[in-house]
Amino acid sequence: MANVISDETIEYVSILAKLELTQEEKQQAKADMGSMLDYIDKLNELDTEGVEPMSHVFPVHNVFREDVVVNGDDRENLLKNAPAQKEGSYKVPKTVL
Amino acid sequence: MDILSLTAVELGRKIRAGELTATEAAKACLEQIKKLEGSLNCYITVDEEGALRQAEQVQRQMEEGKLTGPLAGVPIAVKDNLCTKDLLTTCASRILYNFKPTYTAEAVLRLQEAGAVILGKTNMDEFAMGSTTETSAFGATRNPWNQEYVPGGSSGGSCAAVAAGECFYALGSDTGGSIRQPSSFCGVTGIKPTYGTVSRYGLIAYGSSLDQIGPVAKDVTDCAAVLEALAAHDPKDSTSLQREDTDFTSALVDDVRGLRIGIPRDYLGEGLAPEVRAAVLQAALVLRQKGAVVEEFDLSLVEYAIPAYYVIASAEASSNLSRFDGVKYGYRTREYEGLHSMYKKSRSEGFGPEVKRRIMLGSFVLSSGYYDAYYLKALRTKALIKQAFDRAFEKYDVILGPAAPTTAPKLGQSLSDPLKMYLGDIYTISANLAGLPGMTVPCGWDSRGLPIGLQLLGDCFKEKEIIRAGYAYEQERGPWQAPVLPGGADQGGPAPEPGELGGIGRPFEAGVKTGQKGGRKNGETV
Repeated sequence: MANVISDETIEYVSILAKLELTQEEKQQAKADMGSMLDYIDKLNELDTEGVEPMSHVFPVHNVFREDVVVNGDDRENLLKNAPAQKEGSYKVPKTVL
Repeated sequence: MDILSLTAVELGRKIRAGELTATEAAKACLEQIKKLEGSLNCYITVDEEGALRQAEQVQRQMEEGKLTGPLAGVPIAVKDNLCTKDLLTTCASRILYNFKPTYTAEAVLRLQEAGAVILGKTNMDEFAMGSTTETSAFGATRNPWNQEYVPGGSSGGSCAAVAAGECFYALGSDTGGSIRQPSSFCGVTGIKPTYGTVSRYGLIAYGSSLDQIGPVAKDVTDCAAVLEALAAHDPKDSTSLQREDTDFTSALVDDVRGLRIGIPRDYLGEGLAPEVRAAVLQAALVLRQKGAVVEEFDLSLVEYAIPAYYVIASAEASSNLSRFDGVKYGYRTREYEGLHSMYKKSRSEGFGPEVKRRIMLGSFVLSSGYYDAYYLKALRTKALIKQAFDRAFEKYDVILGPAAPTTAPKLGQSLSDPLKMYLGDIYTISANLAGLPGMTVPCGWDSRGLPIGLQLLGDCFKEKEIIRAGYAYEQERGPWQAPVLPGGADQGGPAPEPGELGGIGRPFEAGVKTGQKGGRKNGETV
């Protein structure tokens, strides 16, 4: 396997991904990511020199509209889905100590 | 008359003619659901009460002359990644186990305006990540043709529900083949339209540059009618296209004379099951006999589509799924120390292994130091793949091939080797990268009686070409048989043996040879 993913890489990526993996999951993630990247390295066979990265298949760019509010206040209904709420807001753990 | 043996358009016609009511149609499906769900698990949520209420309302509006369209009164199912107001929408994930959207997806609204009656929400791979519907947090769906096999995925619940008569048509979504591959495995017809044709507003995003909603139905006519109802510009989706040519049913013409059809040699090579190859080539022969010009050609770059796809789709997924944080909706972990611990634990407990795998990969390829080497490289590859299709469509109107290299695998065989599972997407994935429309039409059975699907790809905006080819093929193939379902439930009269279905030129050579011990007998032993 050409791509050897280190424990540090897995730690770093799981911080980016906001995931807390068990030891077992970390080992699995190392193996999975290594073999996927080996496979993805196949792309290096292609000469893409001078090829523009294509994010959208059609030549559409930013689509603008007037900044006008068209939806009503749906706070009460939106909050019904929240795991915790308080005084009309989402409730989260204390963030400023 | 057996209601469930009708197609959606046939049912709509009968309801309009007053021979049936929308309520009778909904009740027939709900009964079928009750009979079969214990065995098949196509649905995550069945909304019996709501369906009957909608049916009565639609029936009344039809009688008042307010609803006159071809699909009015027809009961449907919706993939569970499409938001439906006040109706549970889970994406087959624990992290959305209790989510009731406050609005309805635009695609679903369009169908409701056309008089659709929503029966419920269908099972899928978690967040549409998977090819078997086994990554669902709510248990796997089983293939109606044989319950030991998967229905494909990720729209496996939608495709199985249509095949089993648990609805008349369904909505699916297709990011890398998620409509076309399960349609192939379940013996139903499904279309992924040109990117941007159907609004994605209210579709819970996976890979936003690839995701497209489309219909799954019993035949090409139904698919064209549903797509016609779905396609519209939507200012709420900035990638939604302005199209004038969405009268897709006008392409239901039994005439392919002069149609140029190309079969990529790259799609017939290593890894393709001989029975699938034979059935697909037989279908090509049928189209040639009807006057199409069919030839093989080299598409090129096919082997680069899957690696490019998994980089792009995972990257977009890692970004899209960052919204699931245990704050606004869905699952929140019980015990945590501070905000970040709450985020991490909620996500780690809420997402399944395949979703975590793709979020990790996506986060990695977007991380500084790897972004150019992986993400931009994949986007450059995507540009080359699009160019290869552009060249192909200078010569051909339609590209014909298999939808998947094999028929459905057995349950429990795919998830242990993700890479191998990903390779099964080889024929469908390029269409998503290039934004192309693609359709699966059933074209035979393998020796185990599992359906084989023909895939027709068109150039961007050319759905009508593939609809015309699919429809013309279907006319020769004849009506598709329904699977024999568990518990004596049936969705038609006695189904003909596969061999009886062939029109001219024995289009079902693969099916004829092997079909007799296939679908029916497998079904009967269940």
